[in-house]
Formats: sequence, C-alpha cells, structure tokens
Amino acid sequence: MKAVVTGVLGAFAFALLATTAIAETKLTIATVNNGDMIRMQKLTDDFTTANPDIKLEWVTLEENVLREKVTTDIAAKGGQFDVLTIGTYEVPIWGKKGWLVPLTGIDDQADLIPSIAGALTVDGKLMASPFYAESSMIMYRKDLVAATGMKMPAKPTWDEVKAIADKITNKDKEIYGICLRGKPGWGEGGAVEGALGNSFGARWFDESWKPQFDSPEWKKALTFFVDMMKADGPPGVSTNGYNETMALYLAGKCGMWIDATVSASALTDPKQAKFADQVDYAMAPDTGNGNHGNWLWAWSLAIPAGTQKNDAAQKFVSWATSKHYTELVAAKEGWANVPPGTRTSLYANPEYAKVAFAKPTLDAILSVNSAQPSSQKTPYSGGQYVAIPEFADLGTTVSQIFAAALSGEKTVDQALAESQDAATRVMTKAGYIK
Amino acid sequence: MARKVSTNKKLIITVLAWAIGLLIFFPIFWTILTSFKTEREAILLPPKFFNFEWTTENYGIVQERSDYLRFALNSIYLALGSTFFALLIAIPSAWAMAFAPGKRTKDLLMWMLSTKMMPPVGALIPIYLIFRDFHLLDTRFGIITVLMLLNLPIIIWMLYTYFKEIPGEILEASRMDGASLVKELVYVLTPMALPGIASTLLLNIILAWNEAFWTLALTTKDAAPLTQFIASYSAPEGLFWAKLSAASTMAIAPILVLGWFAQKQLVRGLTFGAVK
Repeated sequence: MKAVVTGVLGAFAFALLATTAIAETKLTIATVNNGDMIRMQKLTDDFTTANPDIKLEWVTLEENVLREKVTTDIAAKGGQFDVLTIGTYEVPIWGKKGWLVPLTGIDDQADLIPSIAGALTVDGKLMASPFYAESSMIMYRKDLVAATGMKMPAKPTWDEVKAIADKITNKDKEIYGICLRGKPGWGEGGAVEGALGNSFGARWFDESWKPQFDSPEWKKALTFFVDMMKADGPPGVSTNGYNETMALYLAGKCGMWIDATVSASALTDPKQAKFADQVDYAMAPDTGNGNHGNWLWAWSLAIPAGTQKNDAAQKFVSWATSKHYTELVAAKEGWANVPPGTRTSLYANPEYAKVAFAKPTLDAILSVNSAQPSSQKTPYSGGQYVAIPEFADLGTTVSQIFAAALSGEKTVDQALAESQDAATRVMTKAGYIK
Repeated sequence: MARKVSTNKKLIITVLAWAIGLLIFFPIFWTILTSFKTEREAILLPPKFFNFEWTTENYGIVQERSDYLRFALNSIYLALGSTFFALLIAIPSAWAMAFAPGKRTKDLLMWMLSTKMMPPVGALIPIYLIFRDFHLLDTRFGIITVLMLLNLPIIIWMLYTYFKEIPGEILEASRMDGASLVKELVYVLTPMALPGIASTLLLNIILAWNEAFWTLALTTKDAAPLTQFIASYSAPEGLFWAKLSAASTMAIAPILVLGWFAQKQLVRGLTFGAVK
C-alpha cells in the first residue's frame, strides 16, 4: 500500500514538475495591418522554435483603431497587451509618462540608424525598437517626365516640381502632374501639409509656443499647395488619403507622387502597378533652403509598463528587430521585402543595394532632422507632426481646415486665420501659452 | 377611370420602393462584388461591374490569416447572450410600465431613452476601469453585460409600445380566473405579444451583432467578435479593399441570412402600432 501511495505521489510530483517545465508564457502582441507586419506573423515559427516556452498571440488592427485601443489600455493600465506596435509620435510622449519599459538586449543597438534611434530614445534609454522606418520622397514616372522634355533633378525645388507637373498634366486624358494627399487627419493630409510647411520654412509654433499660421511662410506654403493641386492635381484632392492617392498612381494617372518611401515596393510590383518599370525617385522638394521637409516615421515595437511578461516580451522585440530577422525575410521572400530604414548594416549590404529604392530611401531618412524640423527654430521635435500630446487633435483640426481650402470652401487666408485661432485656443487651454 | 389611377399609383409606388430598396442594397452588393476582384481591379477607375477576372483568392487569404470561426462564434454568443438577458429584464419592466404605470413612468421612459443620446466615448474610461478592476476585459460575460445595457432602453421602449396595444381587460380577466403574476406574464401576455417580442429579439440581435465601438474597445482576442475581424483588414498603408470586402461579406453573411428569413416579422414588428 505504502509503495502505491509513494508511486502515486511520485507520479504526481513528476507531472507537476513537467507541467512547470513546459509552462507557456503567452505574449499578446498588438500590431498594425500592413504587409511587413503580416509577413512577420508568418515567420514567427523561427522565434517559437528557439523559444518553445513562449506562445505568440496577435491582435492585428487597422492603424487608427489600434492607436485608440492601445492608448486606452496603456493609459488605464489595462494590461491587455505585452508588446505594442507604435510610431515615432507616441514613443517620446509615452516614454516620458513612464508608460513604456526601456528595452534591453536589442541586437547590435549601435547599428540602428542614428536619426531613427534618436526618435525612439527618451532620457538616453531606447523605449522602442524600430521594425521598419520610412521618410518621404518623390516617386515619379520616368516616361511622363521624359515626354515633357524636362529632367527631374536629384534634389528638386518646389518650383521645379510644379513646372514639371504643369507640363505633364493632361486632364482630358485623366493624367495629373502631381498627386498628394489632402484628406483630413493628422496622419493623412496633415502629414503632407506639415512636411510641406517645414520645407517652406514655416513652423507650427515659435519658441514661446505661439502658433505661427499668421506667418508669411505658412501663407506662401498653403497658397502654393492649393494652387498647384488645383492646376495639376486629381479631382477630389481634399478627400484623397494615402490609399486613394496610391490607387491613382498605381492606375497610371499621376506623373509624380510625394509620399512615404515604403510605397516604392508597391509601385515597382507589376502585379499592383500599371507602369511598374517606369518608376524613379528623387529627394522631396525644398524651396532652395536645403530643408526638404521629409518626414520620419518608424513603426516600432515597445513594451507597456503594465505587462507581467517583460522578459519574454524583451526576447521577442529583440528577435523581431534583429539583423537575423532581416536575413530571414531576405532568405524567404527576397531582399525587396526586407523591412527598410532601420539598420545601417542593411544599406551596406551589396545584395540590398541592388534594390532600386534602397539608396533613395536611405538618402531621404538621412536628410531628416526631427529635432529641428523647420529651418526656423522650433520648441518641438517631430516633422510631419509636433511631438506633443495635444497634436493629435490639433493636427486633425488644422488638416480639416486646410482640406476646406483645397476644396475651395475657404480661401487660404480664411483657412490660416481659422488654424491660428484653433491652435491658439488649444495651446492656451493646455497651458503652453500663459 | 378611378381604377386606372389607382393602378398607376400602385405602379409608381412599386417602382419607387424597388428603386429605394436597390439603392440601399447597393453598398452591400458592391462589397460582395469587390470581394471577388483582385486588389488591383478593386481600385480601378472607372470601376468594373462584371467584366473582371473573378477570383476567390481574397477569401482564401482571409481564411488563412484569421480564425473566422472563433470571431463568428463570439459574435453569436454576444448577440444571443445580450438579447436573452435583455429580454429577461425588459419584459417585466415593459409590463410594469404598460399595465401598472406610475406618475413618473413617462419620465422614466424618456430618461432611459436619453441615455442613448450620450456619446459612448464619454463613458469609455470609467467602464474600462471597472472592467479592468473586475477582470472583465476581453471576457464574453463582460461584453454581453455592456451590450445588454446598451440595448435595454430600445428594447423596453419597443416592448412597452407593443404591450400598450394589448387590452388590459384581458389581463384583468386572467387575474379574475386566478392566474398568478408569473402565469399572467408567461401564459397570457407573452403569447399575445409574441410577434412584438420576436421582432424586438431580432432587432436586438442585429444591433448587438453590428455593435463596433464597445466590442472593439473592450475585447482583444478571447471575446473578440466579427467587428474586430473586419477591423484587422483595413489599413491606411497598402491595398486592402478586396480583402476587406471579403472579410466584410463573411462577417455580414449570417446576419444577412437571418434578416432575409425574418424580414416579415421585422417589418411587422417595426411598423406595429405605427398606423392606427
């Protein structure tokens, strides 16, 4: 009898130990729905094979839904997620609030492109690791530009861009010289308008946080934008966002498109683009002041302070943003599908250098100065956005007003005056203006 | 002559009704059509109606990327669960308001309805914190409770309207015959109000099925319904219309079928008491 009891207890103890040994840590990862992230989900076997005790569960959502959900959860310390996908706008704000855990053990941290790492660092600590990064550049159709008899400079000015756009535009044939976003939303038309403002030397606020929409720089920038889009843009610019504009370009209706560098992979894909073999690139335009207003954005992986699974989360973030992951994607899906813009070593790789948009992307990223986005001094960092919590609302409001100027509902002067009022109201209420 | 005018009028009304019906149905039709296009054809301008290369690859991709069945089952649980509990509370409440009204019953009804006028986002943070503290985040029980409370005012209002149409004398007669309160509710009132209850039930199922704000905010994976499934196919960067259309078609299919078979009850219930 004693032997039986001992045996049962022994078996029970063994089972308990075995259970403990194979106890799984479930990581819930919130991510955006884009090609690179979906690809990562497919390749996670590589991680789980090396870490059999970690199980990954994905919550994939559209960017705006994800932002809303993740912000609610992190602010309320809901603890629903262990790894978050967030952008360069959120990282400094959330990092300063103590909502994120500093990252340790990131693979070859010194290899991260300095401007990207800088945008994700708070008080000297890396708060998010970049998964892929982008800037903005001109993507244009070589055949249409060549037909004008003009040449696209490597670093054109806005005037040169407009001159080419004027010649390409043939509205009867539904060919438009330039396609740009104008849809309201700080991450939609607001991104293009903010970047355009920077390249014209305009700024959102002066050093004492006083809004600057009454400045001559903004007047010049918005007047130029509205006039150019009226003359050379497609119909309905004020309702065109990234996807709508990309759809126009892919259908062969745009001579030029100034937008995210990551778009290049779609434009060169014959399955998606009508003139995939005719794409070329140039630096985003400036006004001769050397500020091309390129934006900087990095979808990055971060760990919320509320997680109970920090160690496993650190391991995963390190894997997903490592050089090993880059090589894994290259081996399985080719170098053109590697997440771009995060590591210096990627651009030193001769295989990746063969990808047509690799160098223009790197040039665009390297020309960004997110600490001082405008040629005038600013009290904020950013680029297409202003890195303060109030910007998400204010940026959307201003882009709505600008959209009304694009559609002709408001004049440029009215739009700027309203933007000035809106910005003054928000900044006074938030305590920036005493 | 009078007969001819009447026929013409009927014809015009029929044509108008069909035109409005088709107009309302067009977005659904377009979604279904787009789900069979390639991403490139989905964004073509001018769009193609039928002369495109039909493909089912979007359904394949959606099925491969997401566990549709898990999302669909959650939608079924949430819609049926919230409807069941809401009716459990709403039937006695509406009965009390219809047959034993107090001085403030009308005010109470108006107040209940006014809660629907508040923007849901105004209550998001308090509810989120309650859910966090009671460990209800991403649980079916939690979201069923919210959906039930959300639709309760409309359900009580609808049932109240139906119950008001039932003569109180019948209930009095049953009481005189010795029926208890429960028996009166179960054997007399409920069978008489069955068409109304059925249409309320159907409407609540549809409302709960389509609810997106709370289901997106309070669930992540275990209790996530089809609204979350759809939200994972939209993207600000990249072509997604065909895949999103396939996901949407899969998400609306069950409720569309239910609506089709129950349309008679729905129309009857929604117009009940509207014309006297």
